[in-house]
This record gives sequence, structure tokens and C-alpha cells, in this order.
Amino acid sequence: MSKVPDNRAWWLVLPVLLLVAFSALVPLMTVVNYSVQDIFGPGNAYYVGTEWFRDVLRDQRLQESLLRQFGFSAAVLAIEIPLGIAVALMMPKGGIRASLCLILLAIPLLIPWNVVGTIWQIFARGDIGLFGWGLNELGFSYNYTGDPVAAWFTVLLMDVWHWTPLVALLCYSGLRAIPEAFYQAAEIDRASRWAVFRYIQLPRLRNVLVIAVLLRFMDSFMIYTEPFVLTGGGPGSSTTFLSQTLTTMAVGQFDLGRAAAFSLVYFLIVLLVSWLFFTAITHMDKER
Amino acid sequence: MSIQEKSRSRGLGITLFIVLLMTPIYWLLNMSFKTNQEILSGLTLWPNDFTLDNYRVIFTDPSWYSGYINSMIYVVMNMAITLVVALPAAYAFSRYRFIGDKHLFFWLLSNRMAPPAVFLLPFFQLYSSIGLFDTHIAVALAHCLFNVPLAVWILEGFMSGVPREYDEMAYIDGHSFPRFFVKVFMPMISSGIGVTAFFIFMFSWVELLLARTLTSVDAQPIAAIMTRTMGASGIDWGVLAAAGVLTILPGVLVVWFVRNHVARGFALGRV
Repeated sequence: MSKVPDNRAWWLVLPVLLLVAFSALVPLMTVVNYSVQDIFGPGNAYYVGTEWFRDVLRDQRLQESLLRQFGFSAAVLAIEIPLGIAVALMMPKGGIRASLCLILLAIPLLIPWNVVGTIWQIFARGDIGLFGWGLNELGFSYNYTGDPVAAWFTVLLMDVWHWTPLVALLCYSGLRAIPEAFYQAAEIDRASRWAVFRYIQLPRLRNVLVIAVLLRFMDSFMIYTEPFVLTGGGPGSSTTFLSQTLTTMAVGQFDLGRAAAFSLVYFLIVLLVSWLFFTAITHMDKER
Repeated sequence: MSIQEKSRSRGLGITLFIVLLMTPIYWLLNMSFKTNQEILSGLTLWPNDFTLDNYRVIFTDPSWYSGYINSMIYVVMNMAITLVVALPAAYAFSRYRFIGDKHLFFWLLSNRMAPPAVFLLPFFQLYSSIGLFDTHIAVALAHCLFNVPLAVWILEGFMSGVPREYDEMAYIDGHSFPRFFVKVFMPMISSGIGVTAFFIFMFSWVELLLARTLTSVDAQPIAAIMTRTMGASGIDWGVLAAAGVLTILPGVLVVWFVRNHVARGFALGRV
């Protein structure tokens, strides 16, 4: 639809502008302010320039947590995207069964994030949880509170449980948009199941997959609540991701300058990805 | 494989996936109906000693049920604020081109993508300094950070589906803009508004980090009360499970109405 050029439309977006400026711009300015000062108390601050930034970029704990974060996000994408596509392909095409599938798939997405942590905390315990108990009965020595590998595995499994349905839902809505004629043509050509997927379904899923990948990357990149409740970042710091490192620094240790500098670096990474996301979407809208 | 066999194996696959998906939730539900004694004495696949005591604790202890009330209050406040500001803005983005529109749209999106942890400390200080710490409105305003962009994006999608001829016809009939917007336009996209409201509700309801940081006693959300209980030496597993079940209920009760728009909502209106 062609849009009318009219700058008076600014009046309509003004409320949003003011509200988001209040809740985003003012706090962000505070962060910038902190990141260049060393603060000992109210009215007792010194300008230190880029010292905190250099400090942060050299900090080994942060580098480790950044590395863990990238590893986690990569693992999340590698599992959830293919699994989500597979689930979407298996879903019924219509009717009451499809509606039921949609709703059951959506349930994990509607659970408060700390409750997701609680569910898995209970479910994975060796003594009272079905999952932990089952693994131990099968002869694995599984204890997510003591063993870093088990903790890492449990957090990953929890995220797969929590967010694969999102990928599946997105792919499902992408698949529904493919006209029936495409499949009929494939049938006439005696195309194999794989050929149908590779040459008809996958290209048509491109747009929803771009959205799914970027959403999953960004949301897993700022994961906080679920691992915080499940493992508390432990054992040691094996499941401490970026948000938790930052939160500990800012609220736990009140290390304002360093936390602020870290925040800005973190934010810039996310902003870069958001920009990619936005470019991809506007590109898609143009095609539409 | 014949077509019938193929569809049967697909049905089996999806059933298996959904059963696996539901098992952890079943475990929570199962535990919420057990006594602590039964929970700790061994594994049972369903409650042998069925009890509603865990739920009774929550509904009779103010320190528990006030958490639900607090969460509800700030979620509803957030929903009202978000819809009021997002409706005109989404209309502007869907109908007009104006200076800086693309930049503004991107800036809004970047707020949805910003890690809440980044805003934690400044939010805490900002709301403390203006005397809003531990009030419902503080959490409601903080959640606007990600809900306003979401609402603008979803609504913009729905509004773009309404041809502009309707707007022009209403103007010719002599409606003023506010009158047209409320009396003619909003009813036309009422399902879109409903879906948007659902997602605003959801995202505010599931968030913990900001809600916990901006409150201490008077406006503490249920999510924070649950984590606090876990810190105590003896964990009351049964009550914890019951509290968890009760936080899942609101979403499950209304998801049926938005089932065809679920993907759209989670993808910021872009599917």
C-alpha cells in the first residue's frame, strides 16, 4: 500500500516517543555517564575516560562469559532450528487436531521464565524429578548441581524445551502459506519427499526462518532468568551467561563503572544484530 | 511407504514430541497435588495421597496471593498504557511517510532487543530518585520498554490490512480524526487489538528480572516471591509446584482465542 507523505504524523508517534525516551533514553544516558567515571559515592566521582572500557575488554571473567554465551547461542540455534522445522512438517494440516497442536505447542512459551526454571529444577533432580531419577536408573551418573557438563546439558535441554515450539510455530505458519498447486505439480513430476522439502518447502520458509534465527539468537543471547533459577550460574561459573555476569557486577558488587562499560559493549553487540534483523525484515516487506 | 503409512508415522512423531513437551509440566502438576511427605519419600507417577493443601496455602496466605494481585495490577496497567500510546503510533506508521519514520521504527525495535540486564541499574536509580520504587506503576513503565515496540509492530501489521479507502470515506462523511479512529477504525481491527493485548499481557507476565529489581515488598510480583521461597533452607516443594501451576493458568486459559495468531505475536507481527 502506498503511504501518504505527511509530517503531521509525528503528532501520532509523539506519545510513544516520549514514553520510550523516558524508559530507554534516560537510563541509557545514565549508563554512558557511569561508564566514563569512577564513583566512590554521591558527589564523589572522577572522570576516567575510556579506562573502564579497556578494563572490561581485558577482563578474563567477561571474556569467558562472552565465549560461553556465544557457545550457548550457537548450540541453541543448531538444535532448535532443525528440530522446529521437523516438528512443523509433522503437524496436521488443518482442523481441530491442528488447533490442538498449536495450543499445546504454545504452552511452554506462555510460562513465566522463572517457572520454566522451577519446572526443570524439579524435573531434573535425582531424588524427586522424573528426568533425573530416570537417567540415574538407566545407569548414568547425572547430577546437574554438581557436574558442570550435566548443568550445561540441562540448561540447553531446558532452552530447547522452552523455545523449539516457537520455531515450530513460525515454520508452521510459513508452510501453511504455500499454495496447494505447488504440491500437486510436485506429485505430477513424481518428486521425492526430499525434493519437495528441498525445492518447494525450504525456499518458501526462508523468510520465517530468518525471523526465527534472529529471534532465537537475540533472546538466547540475553537469557537470564531460567539458568539463574535452575543452576544459579553454577557449578562454579559453568552456566553463568552474559546477563548474569552483568547483573552480579551491577547489583551484587555495585561495581558501577565497570558494569556500565560492560553494558554498553553488550548493548552494541545486540544493536548490531538488531540492525541486521531490521534490514532483513524491511527487505522482506519490500518483497511482499 | 504408502501415503497412509507416511501420515501415520508423522502423526506418531508429532504425538511423541508433544508428549515429551508436556511431561515436565505434568510433573509440576503432579507434584502440586502431593504432600511434601510423599514428594520426598519416593517417586510416584501420580499422587497417591491426593491433596489440595498446597493450593489452600497459597489462597489463604497473603504473602503468597498478594504476589498474584501485584502481578495482575502492573500487567493490566502496562497493557492500558501500551495500547493507548501504541494505537496512534501504529496508525501513523501504517498510513504515512514522515521524516525519520524508518529510524524511529528501528529505534523502537532496538529496545525490544535490548538485554534487560543493561537497564537494570539505571532503572533502579531512575525510579528510586523519582520516588516510584516498589510501586506497580514503576514495573508497568519499565515493561513498556519491550511491550510498546511489540505492540506497535503487531498493530501496524493488522492496520496495513485495512484499505485506506475506508479512512477517506469516513473523512468525507465528516468524521473528525479522533472520532473516526475510535468509532470506525478501532472496531475494524478489534481482533488485532485483542491479539496485541494478549501478547502485551504475556510478555509482561513472564518477565522477572526488571519486575524483581524494581520492587521489594508492596508491589512484589509472584515470580519474585517464588524465587525468594527457594532461598529458604527447607524448600516447600508442594507449594512451590502449586504456585508454578497457578502462574501457567492465565496463558493457557486464553491462548485458544489467539491460536491462529500465536506465531505472529512471537515474531513481532512479521509472519
